[in-house]
Amino acid sequence: MAAGSTYTPIATTTLGSAASSYTFTGISSAYTDLILVATTPPSAGGSVNLTMGNGSIDTGTNYSWTYLRGNGTAASSSRGSTDSRIFSGENATAGLQSNLIIHFQNYSNTTTYKTCISRYNCTDTVTQATVGLWRSTSAINQIRLAIGGDSFAAGATFTLYGIAAA
Amino acid sequence: MANTYVQIGSTVTVGSGGAASIAFTSIPATFTDLCVKFSVRKDVASIDTTLTFNGNSANVSSKYIYGTGSAAGSASAGSTIYSLATQSGDTANTFSNGEYYIPNYASTSAYKSLSHDVVNENNATAAQSYLTAGLFSSNSAISTVTIAPTSGNFAQYSTASLYGIKSS
Repeated sequence: MAAGSTYTPIATTTLGSAASSYTFTGISSAYTDLILVATTPPSAGGSVNLTMGNGSIDTGTNYSWTYLRGNGTAASSSRGSTDSRIFSGENATAGLQSNLIIHFQNYSNTTTYKTCISRYNCTDTVTQATVGLWRSTSAINQIRLAIGGDSFAAGATFTLYGIAAA
Repeated sequence: MANTYVQIGSTVTVGSGGAASIAFTSIPATFTDLCVKFSVRKDVASIDTTLTFNGNSANVSSKYIYGTGSAAGSASAGSTIYSLATQSGDTANTFSNGEYYIPNYASTSAYKSLSHDVVNENNATAAQSYLTAGLFSSNSAISTVTIAPTSGNFAQYSTASLYGIKSS
């Protein structure tokens, strides 16, 4: 990585066919923070779930999250702890475009738990801001997005960027 | 260095006569995402602004959550993507600031969803913050982005900049 390089594309994909999840693997630890930008049309609809890991995705109940959201009628907040995912959004209409932008801070350190903050945007369900926690001191080198009980539709896009502090 | 988060064109700064809108035109399709950052004030007693694409006000909708300093709520707009400016009568020299992030803007096979955050803090009795989901229901690539006040003009020293984010 060149000195001064930041907001660097790490990986990107566009789904050629529906898939229940997409996983970034082998993420370099050379950056300070990560930003994931996804467009997330579903095949039918469901919750958009974030998990992560080192070497493999952690499927244990090592996550917690708190969201602030609006559904067009009311604002609300909720949280989950000792959960198996970070609940990051939800879509309800097949093929309708939505997007999710997630910031992972200090993702590669090996001494602290990992936090992230995200914005999810879907005009048929909610606009949502979420903070998440993965209770692991392992560096993040895998990130997975999935739709609970459903699939991302063909054409969904997933791009990961690295932000370098120096 | 990766060719990303590149400024497209120049920052627009509104002059002394005000401006009815700020538009970025002939946007190349060579990036992956677009980001517009702005700081605006209106010359009338109204805080609302709008976002449109490709020179046409049709095919946009939004859902947003807002806070006013004393209450929170949520609303939908079936044909508008609202945003915020400070207004005439607000504390002098205060401007709203906000960002539109538009992933996959150049797609010719998908509608465009966007993320929008804005505040119009002005050290007075009321201020607003919006977190907005927006949708441009068109398969056309976005080549023009326009922000405009719903009434009056943008005041002098309002600014907007456009950036391209590239995934490769």
